[in-house]
Amino acid sequence: MIRVGFLYTRLRVEEKYLLEELEGRPEVNVTRIPDGEVFFDITQKPAEVDVLFERSISYSRGLYIARIFEAHGIPVINSSLVAERCGDKYVTSQLLVQNGIPTPRVVMAFDEESALGAIEAVGYPCVLKPVVGSWGRLLAKVDNRYSAESFIEHKASLGINHQIFYVQEYINKPGRDIRAFVIGDEPICAIYRSSDSWITNTARGAVATNCPVTEEMADLCRHAARAVGSGLLALDLFETENGFTINEINHTMEFRNSITTTGVNIPQKMVNYVIDRATAN
Amino acid sequence: MSIINCPECAAEIMLDERTEVGEIIVCSDCGVDLEVTALDPAAIQLAPMEQEDWGE
Repeated sequence: MIRVGFLYTRLRVEEKYLLEELEGRPEVNVTRIPDGEVFFDITQKPAEVDVLFERSISYSRGLYIARIFEAHGIPVINSSLVAERCGDKYVTSQLLVQNGIPTPRVVMAFDEESALGAIEAVGYPCVLKPVVGSWGRLLAKVDNRYSAESFIEHKASLGINHQIFYVQEYINKPGRDIRAFVIGDEPICAIYRSSDSWITNTARGAVATNCPVTEEMADLCRHAARAVGSGLLALDLFETENGFTINEINHTMEFRNSITTTGVNIPQKMVNYVIDRATAN
Repeated sequence: MSIINCPECAAEIMLDERTEVGEIIVCSDCGVDLEVTALDPAAIQLAPMEQEDWGE
């Protein structure tokens, strides 16, 4: 019997699909772990499981609980290392750059005055993003110096986390971006996310359609996945005149709009990977 | 199967036999996120507000 711990914040559609897949397998025993309802004595093994499947919506909870399980020798999918590398946009960008993987230019600053300098160094338009955050939340497209000054002033009022200024080159997308799903380091399918807005998250209303995975795209996805440590990943790609560029990598991906769209049983493949990792240990 | 009212707009919401405690459902009338907190008898409440570190 393979014992799988299933860590979650909320039972979204994705978690229900994954639990249905896990609980439908006779060789699997699932322990559900709601991340807000339990506490952990760090000297004790947190649960009698062979693997932890980390599906917290909360980045912080998922990261710390993954570390606690790993400290007691229990593998976590995705590992805390992968979560750290994907959950912080600076870390992802730095790893992509270090590995020679195309990614939009990023300049960091840590003070309001230097943030303005960083924005001017990148040039207009550019994008201000929180280093931790998702679903297109609190992104700001900066079109000129006046809006730069306003955004910096607003961010200053949002607390210490928003004093880390991540300034990214704006990529003029053709009304869409690409989300590629990777298992291990192998891309299994991809979707276009089309929107009239410059923010193309499906959480913000972008429409999903199937995107054939080309060899060029697959090759780039493999490299990018390896750069963050491989696992269950969703890579966001932009199409440019010079080929693809990797914008972000997500480690607790949503996929509800992509199963029918791609014809690929994503939760089944995710669960296969988790089971394989559990039995490999 | 249970029928319960949305705490925000009072619309009737049907919970089928596959509904689970902790599940997030969306009211089709007002669009608010609701969390199922009990099944027997059925109870729902407004889902917790999105936190800054929530996401994918």
